[in-house]
Amino acid sequence: MKDQTRLSGLWDWLDERLSLSAIKELALHKRVPMHRHSVWYYVGGMTLFCFLVQIVTGIFLLLYYRPTAEAAFESVEFIMTDVKFGWLIRSIHSWSANLMIFFAFVHMFSVFFMRAYRRPRELTWVSGAFLLFLSMGFGFSGYLLPWNQLAFFATKVGTDILGQIPLIGGWLLTVARGGEDVTGATLTRFFGIHVAVLPMISTFFLLGHLALVQKQGMSVPIGEEYKKCRQMPFIPNFALRDLVGWTLALGILVLLASLFPWELGEKADPLASAPAGIRPEWFFCFMFQTLKYIPGKVLFVNGELLGIIGFGLAGAALVLVPFLDRRAAREEKHKWLPVIGWFAILYIIVFTVLAYVV
Amino acid sequence: MRAQRALFSRKFALWFIAAVVAGLIAWPLHGAGAKTGNSCLDCHIETTQKRLSGPAKNLVNDIHYTKGFGCQDCHGGDPTKGMAEGDPALAHDSAKGFVGSPRPQDVPAFCARCHSDVELMKKYNPKLRVDQLLEYRSSQHGKLLDTGDEKVATCISCHGVHGILPVADTRSPVYRVNVPATCAKCHSNPAYMKPYGIPTDQYALFKSSVHGYELLEKGDLAAPACNSCHGNHGATPPGLTSIAFACGECHANNRDFFNQSPHKDAYAQMNLGECTTCHNHHDIAKPTDSMLGVGEGVLCTRCHSQGDKGYEAAAKMSVELDTLKLTINHAHELLTRAERGGVNARLGKYDLHTADDALIKSRTAIHFFDFDKFHEIASSGITEAQNVITLGEEALWDLRVRQIGLGVTVPIILWVALALYLRIRRMERDKPFA
Amino acid sequence: MSPSKDLSPDGSPISRRGFFDIFLGGGIAALGAAVLYPLMRFVIPPEQPEAMVSQVVAAKVGELAPNSGKIFRFGKDPAILIMTPAGQYRAFTAICTHLDCTVQYRSDLQQIWCACHNGHYDLNGNNISGPPPTPLTAYTATVRGDQILVNKA
Repeated sequence: MKDQTRLSGLWDWLDERLSLSAIKELALHKRVPMHRHSVWYYVGGMTLFCFLVQIVTGIFLLLYYRPTAEAAFESVEFIMTDVKFGWLIRSIHSWSANLMIFFAFVHMFSVFFMRAYRRPRELTWVSGAFLLFLSMGFGFSGYLLPWNQLAFFATKVGTDILGQIPLIGGWLLTVARGGEDVTGATLTRFFGIHVAVLPMISTFFLLGHLALVQKQGMSVPIGEEYKKCRQMPFIPNFALRDLVGWTLALGILVLLASLFPWELGEKADPLASAPAGIRPEWFFCFMFQTLKYIPGKVLFVNGELLGIIGFGLAGAALVLVPFLDRRAAREEKHKWLPVIGWFAILYIIVFTVLAYVV
Repeated sequence: MRAQRALFSRKFALWFIAAVVAGLIAWPLHGAGAKTGNSCLDCHIETTQKRLSGPAKNLVNDIHYTKGFGCQDCHGGDPTKGMAEGDPALAHDSAKGFVGSPRPQDVPAFCARCHSDVELMKKYNPKLRVDQLLEYRSSQHGKLLDTGDEKVATCISCHGVHGILPVADTRSPVYRVNVPATCAKCHSNPAYMKPYGIPTDQYALFKSSVHGYELLEKGDLAAPACNSCHGNHGATPPGLTSIAFACGECHANNRDFFNQSPHKDAYAQMNLGECTTCHNHHDIAKPTDSMLGVGEGVLCTRCHSQGDKGYEAAAKMSVELDTLKLTINHAHELLTRAERGGVNARLGKYDLHTADDALIKSRTAIHFFDFDKFHEIASSGITEAQNVITLGEEALWDLRVRQIGLGVTVPIILWVALALYLRIRRMERDKPFA
Repeated sequence: MSPSKDLSPDGSPISRRGFFDIFLGGGIAALGAAVLYPLMRFVIPPEQPEAMVSQVVAAKVGELAPNSGKIFRFGKDPAILIMTPAGQYRAFTAICTHLDCTVQYRSDLQQIWCACHNGHYDLNGNNISGPPPTPLTAYTATVRGDQILVNKA
């Protein structure tokens, strides 16, 4: 009883200064609609969980990682072999990175199909699109950090493609690489981007994204049947369910890290020829494979350039979906927009598989 | 009137015809007046007989030509005459020392006129030796040549003639890698070699040998060619003991150990080749561990039989060598298993390298033919490999620990998930939401 | 609908609710320990210092006498540290440039020697006799305090 008074006394003291009650109200007021598609509401949180795991494991890895061409590979080897549980932290970091991007894609597509981007949630979608690009940036920059053969050459190829972008390509390539070629300067740059620049930008977009979701509540798919469904309180009911998912996800990460530890490979040797079958990480593969299939020249335009422009336009379209889908704004179902979504999913899956099989 | 209307005047036509005739006369002579100024070359290049034009055309590649020597420096004669006059005899002037093309018997002395002249050779390349003729005379080829045999090799058989390249030139027939094929031109030709009664399978045997593989396929210039054991100019089949000196140039430890072994005196007494008895000479195969031991058909049992000291030594060495190999393989296997499980066995790899070194040393130590001396080296290798096994087992233990950790963590996680689920169920039973 | 209090066999009340709370609390505590334990162990640095393979401590001062050598580990490969007869430290890779055997120091010859095929290197690493086609790659050896540090040149 004395503890109760102490706790509530503390609460009141903080409340007077921080308006805790108002925050509590804000947190408690959010409701999650329960209908047959509600399972997709978990996916965004799953992505967030993976991101949090990345932050934690990333900070721990920072204790031992060295971002120079001479020491990077050896420091990761050191983490994998000598540091207690280093293998676990590192493998969780690598697996969680991939899971995060996977969930980000799933989350994006589920939101797309549920039209959750429609008015008034356009900004949530836009910030989400940027978060997707940022997570792919995290993946690209982080991949180089172990400084092994695969990563080195994948980065070379990736930044080469960057250089093909019209007008700013050359400048972009030099800035990305920290020089003409992929060197230790590239590594240092990617490291800074991976641990400082991208986290800072992502935090900004993430907080915005979460604040918007919290404020505006959950969207339901278009249709009469969804307007009258049960509303579950976010705190504590849905949040506890979220936690179950997160706990299970932690278990899966631990299993993956233990049973399929992430490889170290061989130290990067810039003078060696590129290993056969070099390809970027899986989430870039569908674009990479597409570029491979475009003929060298289409009419009079460089094929690769065409591919890059194409994907650039696709990315822009992705960001602008809420503004392009006029019908959703009017709460009307769309005849063929889902088809585009399904086509995109199919395309990504098929071309990713092709990149590995061909 | 008709003549005046012709297309060309008579004067023009006469000049035209004269020009054509002059051209027809001059045309065959267009090469004349010499590109080189050396009448031997200029004339010989133009002859239609290949036998005569060939040497002249090849000469441009010849090392002697590039150093400023011409045909007359070897063959004599007058290189300033004969071309313009169209008379070869003016060039082939014996008063000017013309000797024509020498007979095979005279070739060595022909080349030696310069190549054995110290003062002359000093001017062009002080590093070159000048005793080739002396060596040649001591060789089998030289001795047979003295008896009048024109089939044997002389200088030009190996070095070529009229297009001679330095030994270091990869296109030269006496460049290290090309030497076996050059010797084989005669020595692998059964019909050619019939009068001599020696085998003609050396090249084939050499190609199948480890030295042949190293030299001819891997291009390892350190590997021996025919001249490494037989000598260059003084080519003779080496004696049975002297071949050991040749082998020992590279295989120094094997030679030293052998010289300390009981086999040294024994082989000398029995007139057996020191290295060649076990390893052969042209078809030296990559040695295998099955050469050592006491099994059926194994080398040692050719002379040794059960009960004698050599038999015992062979048996014990063979057993210990096998133990060493098995231990190393076991260590290697453990490290591989650990790595596949995700545990990096970096430390062990280096020590395994040391154990592998000991294996090489042990195989060399066999040449002591003394178990105690062999044991010193082999046992340290076994100890080294056993250390690696310990490291490998530690790594596998690490793997086991990880699996145990997993076995503890995953149930805890499922426990928490279950507990949360039950909590949710209870909460929503007590306080259902709308 | 479900009783929040049950009676145990000996009559004292146990709370089902309480059991579940302990179940959850215990689980969370166990999970917390299972997460914190590896993280705590991770933070403590291992005994061996960071495996810097661009620099290695090859020996201590006084370990080598003049005209002697020592094989040591540099990364995953063997390397050789020698003290010349004049007392100078030098370091090279110990991998022979002929067929990759490990070389050794021969104080009788005052040379580096490879036993496999009798290759000789002088004290600058130059291949002077036998099969080795190229010199041994040289490393830099510096004395710092009582340690001899070897770097890739």
